[in-house]
Amino acid sequence: MHLTPEEHALLAGERGPATQKAMQILATLGRIYGAECMIPVSSVQIAGVSYDNLGEAGLAWLAEMASGGGRAQVFTTLNPAGMDVEDYADLGISEAFAENQRRVLDAFETMGVVTTCSCTPYLFGNLPHFGEHIAWSESSAVCYANAVLGARTNREGGPSALAAALTGRTPAYGYHLDANRRPNVHVQVNARLHDTPDFGALGKSIGDQLQSCGLNRVPYISGIEQASQENLKSFCASIATFGGIALFHMPGITPEAGLHAPPAEQITISQHTLDTAKSSLTNATPDEIDFLSLGCPHLTLREIQHIAHALAGKQVTREFWITTSRPVKGMADRMGYTEIIEAAGAKFATDTCCVVAPIKGRFKALATDSAKACYYAAAKNGFKTRLLSFDDVIAESTR
Amino acid sequence: MILKGRTIFPGQICGQALVSRMGISFYGGVDPETGMITEAGHDLEGQSVAGKVLVFPIGKGSTVGSYILYRLKHNGNAPAAIINTECETITAVGCIISEIPCVDQIDIDQLSTGMRLYVDAEAGTLVVVE
Repeated sequence: MHLTPEEHALLAGERGPATQKAMQILATLGRIYGAECMIPVSSVQIAGVSYDNLGEAGLAWLAEMASGGGRAQVFTTLNPAGMDVEDYADLGISEAFAENQRRVLDAFETMGVVTTCSCTPYLFGNLPHFGEHIAWSESSAVCYANAVLGARTNREGGPSALAAALTGRTPAYGYHLDANRRPNVHVQVNARLHDTPDFGALGKSIGDQLQSCGLNRVPYISGIEQASQENLKSFCASIATFGGIALFHMPGITPEAGLHAPPAEQITISQHTLDTAKSSLTNATPDEIDFLSLGCPHLTLREIQHIAHALAGKQVTREFWITTSRPVKGMADRMGYTEIIEAAGAKFATDTCCVVAPIKGRFKALATDSAKACYYAAAKNGFKTRLLSFDDVIAESTR
Repeated sequence: MILKGRTIFPGQICGQALVSRMGISFYGGVDPETGMITEAGHDLEGQSVAGKVLVFPIGKGSTVGSYILYRLKHNGNAPAAIINTECETITAVGCIISEIPCVDQIDIDQLSTGMRLYVDAEAGTLVVVE
């Protein structure tokens, strides 16, 4: 791998131990994956923020990088934290957890990272353009950036994304290169898609089938006539969760699809496959639901507006989390949506979500419109699940 | 028997092999405090990775897994070394930040649990001692 004199200097520790460790990570990854050189990145998004996931040791590593002089060289934002940073007590988060979570955020802040904690950085200004090289970690956002925006990123882990932030570089391999962005399997969808759970179920159907047939699959997905930003956000989360997919092309919808012809290898998603995937994410009865959540990935302002209209003058009967990013919450505050939603008894869980908050075992069953949230509710938190449409989740909350 | 692979992170150790034929997800699949494999249905379920030369085909699951390896290293329950068929980013980064010797591109079908292995990750070699 060719390193510039400046990169060699970083590797030799001339800018301190944190930048040296960062360069070691990048140089090793570059060597493993056969990168010829490093490329500059213009945007970074870092996962591994919740103290629930990091633990004391993960926090110690971040604190060491901060005290070792690590400073972000490019615009960098964070993935969701384990709590609403401003208003956590009402969500049942302990003061001890909050203290530890703040230490994590302090370490990032010391390193010059913008502590906006969200899986949808593209909704508030961390928005790369077509062809831009970036280093993001959140799997749903990686997929959204690559496929929907046409930016270029590998699926970074927390430490490798931090390494990119501290050096402003990433090794040139994987999805940064044209050759690896070509589709290699044609997915023909013969099913009708209406709402976010349909797109989530489609992500699971494709993800499940591709997971068993090798790494780095790039599906070319035909048969989708239209998809909203919210549909695509949910689809990206699901296909990344169930299939580890970081890039897909969808003719008529994503920007690079027109550069490619459909690959010869083909799989078909029938209505039956989609319906089966959808029903497999529901194992709770309506009466078992004691927790509802919308916002996996984090809600857009349009979705919050919709919730406010639907909940106006009503009263929710169960714990109901509205999860979004701090900047979008700010607009919801200004527009009066927050007041309406909170008057109905639902709770904003800003900066966090039902996947990363420390709520293991606290509820019996979750109702949500997100296939990804269903997966983690079962796998991480031990909840039963019920996958409903966005409107049905709201209706269920007041039943 | 000597097997030759590729250095992921250098270091030399001698230890007992713990071999899986399945992928390992460190996040959600391994207890970060004890090193026990907790994934239901995994062929190493209920066994501890602590101090072992952990042999498995490839890592899987969430990228948070790199920090789980760091947590294990910090509390003394990390594997002594990791041997993979193919090392992906999660395991590679976990080994770099935790300084766990790691070699990949090894034909792991030749290895079985209980073998004593000498790992020279610097040279990318693996010697079956007994």
